Amino acid sequence: MKAKMTRVPVREQDPKVRATNFDEVCYGYNAEEAQAEASRCINCKNPKCVTQCPVSIKIPQFIEQVKLGNYVEAAHIIAEDSSLPAVCGRVCPQESQCEGVCILGIKGEPVAIGKLERFVADWSRKNGIKCTEKAPSNGIKVAIVGSGPAGLACASDLAKLGYEVTIFEVLHKAGGVLQYGIPEFRLPKEEVVEAEIDNVRALGVKIETNVVVGRTITIDELFDKENFKAVFIGSGAGLPKFMGIPGENLNGVFSANEFLTRSNLMGAYSGETDTPIYTGTKVAVVGGGNVAMDAARTALRLGADTTIVYRRTEKELPARVEEVHHAKEEGIDFRMLTNPVEILGNEKGWVTGLKCIQMELGEPDESGRRRPVPIAGSEFDIETDVVIMALGTSPNPLIANTTAGLDTDRYGCIVADDLGSTSRTGVFAGGDAVTGAATVILAMGAGRKAAAAIDEYLKK
Amino acid sequence: MYKIVKKEFLTPIICLMDVEAPRMAAAAQPGQFLIVRAREQGERIPLTICDYDKDKGTVTIVTQIVGASSRLICHLEEGDSFTDLVGPLGIPSEFVNWKEEEFVGKRFLFVAGGLGTAPVYPQVKYLHSKGAHVDVIMGARNRDLLIFEKEMGAVCDNLYICTDDGSKGEKGLVTNIIDRIMAEGKTYDHAVAIGPMIMMKFTTLTMKKYNVPLTVSLNTIMVDGTGMCGACRVTVGGKTRFACVEGPEFDAYQVDFDEAMRRQSMYREFEIEADHKCKIGLHE
Repeated sequence: MKAKMTRVPVREQDPKVRATNFDEVCYGYNAEEAQAEASRCINCKNPKCVTQCPVSIKIPQFIEQVKLGNYVEAAHIIAEDSSLPAVCGRVCPQESQCEGVCILGIKGEPVAIGKLERFVADWSRKNGIKCTEKAPSNGIKVAIVGSGPAGLACASDLAKLGYEVTIFEVLHKAGGVLQYGIPEFRLPKEEVVEAEIDNVRALGVKIETNVVVGRTITIDELFDKENFKAVFIGSGAGLPKFMGIPGENLNGVFSANEFLTRSNLMGAYSGETDTPIYTGTKVAVVGGGNVAMDAARTALRLGADTTIVYRRTEKELPARVEEVHHAKEEGIDFRMLTNPVEILGNEKGWVTGLKCIQMELGEPDESGRRRPVPIAGSEFDIETDVVIMALGTSPNPLIANTTAGLDTDRYGCIVADDLGSTSRTGVFAGGDAVTGAATVILAMGAGRKAAAAIDEYLKK
Repeated sequence: MYKIVKKEFLTPIICLMDVEAPRMAAAAQPGQFLIVRAREQGERIPLTICDYDKDKGTVTIVTQIVGASSRLICHLEEGDSFTDLVGPLGIPSEFVNWKEEEFVGKRFLFVAGGLGTAPVYPQVKYLHSKGAHVDVIMGARNRDLLIFEKEMGAVCDNLYICTDDGSKGEKGLVTNIIDRIMAEGKTYDHAVAIGPMIMMKFTTLTMKKYNVPLTVSLNTIMVDGTGMCGACRVTVGGKTRFACVEGPEFDAYQVDFDEAMRRQSMYREFEIEADHKCKIGLHE
């Protein structure tokens, strides 16, 4: 049978309606749609999709089970390699990973692997399927710093192997970026994030919130006082970057981290919590990554006229195509080849505008992208009440500064090899704390590799 | 978790609490702060760590009712628990790294404004226990904002008290006392000022005349308090610094206080509205 060239379309909330609420944008497949889409998979002998998945999910096998309607079996196949399928099915950049190498993508559309993964995860959650098979406890304690994607992935794998795992989380809720960073309309918190974290807990993983490793307890104390035999640091990205232009400390200038943390972690978007959030009537978001899209789409939903300002062209936007597409549909204004040079304020110190300069693309830089160059004399002002800087983060120095012998690179990232080993014996690291800001799935991949390395190390 | 084992109103609007937090009590040092949430929908509120008891596993916090969130905190009773309590946060005061002999013969002046007495107390206690000479000036708008006179008196060499309205101690500002005692010939190796931003600003201007190194502790707006959000950024020596992870203590002479005061007022309108709603709720 010849495979269909186009995928089963996925239902989404109407852009005009969703621009005014925080409900999930994408509805996902129902069973019928999932089976139809699954039947497009030609079950390659040498599946490239698996090699491109940072956590190596057995993609053709689980899709085969979806095709047959064996969703429980599909869920168990995914659970062998991922503890966060409902999360990854929603936020992974599949287009540049599994789906990017799907054979069907050569002549038509690749199999919607992400949407199928999400279907299986959502179906099993709604039907109470638990995938908590694990080895008997070996009594060996492993500590994990940070309950984001890296830490959760590492913890799950170690718990399955029988280790006694405790995750220490600095915030009051577990999940890291899944909790404070990614908005409800892309990743529902209670229904999806908390449910998947509960699955990790069901493997026996303890999560202790409100613990600042480096301050409440140091890495050395974890070994010496609390008898942990290995530590994995998955503390994530750190301090938000600013541009260093005049006016950045005016009232109304926020990092995307602050804006999103207020909205997501603190629940300010709902209007039902004590934490305030300020948008004014016009918001300008500086940056072009997924975080910029999330901040802009949040501001829009809070009622602000929202503009994204980016110094290169749309082609270079680092955000996922799907996110850019959704943002545009919802009515966000994109100003490309535009770079802020100053933030303007009034006599009371509040933002009134953003002075920008027009850019053009010059010669390629070290990243291979054409370098944006300012056009002399092309300055212009954008009127705005709020400026949100979504420019990435630099590493948080806290753990490195309080852990003797833990090497960092010149940017301040913890130095770790491919398997997560650091300069300190028994201390492993992975995710954004090592690489700088990246994706959920790359952090999970690093967490899994480190889990295998920790197992090797502790078996010696 | 985080059970309130002792609660006491020090004045009609300032409340002291001892809270169970064994890990934090074991790790806390002078100069550090914590973050508290009073309820599930609550804000993360940074408060200074006023004292800690490593044996009992408790930390002491002092809260002044200034708005909705502090009102909620002060309405919790003994036996109730905080939803969340995290810390210690921030870099401890520099002198905690000193060797024993370095304290001998050192003369410190602490200037505490209102609730700033709370974070000053553990620092004074620490220095006193190490044998340093410590003088303390405590100032407040009126007697209802003065706390810890007895406790402070027990751990310092000279205690000066003043209020704006003269309801306790001398009538006047902390800066008046600084000028007076400096004129009397007092000398100090180091001074520390903690209190409202405006009080720290004027203390800084006053101390500058006497060429005494001065440290201030900045109570900026914070969300996570761990370096993630950048809400706490302040300009120090012309550079943007994060008070939560690079502070809260900075060289006073380098701080842009006018900017810090402006930034601190960013959510004032929200706070007034929230406090209004909160009072309605509590009266019902």
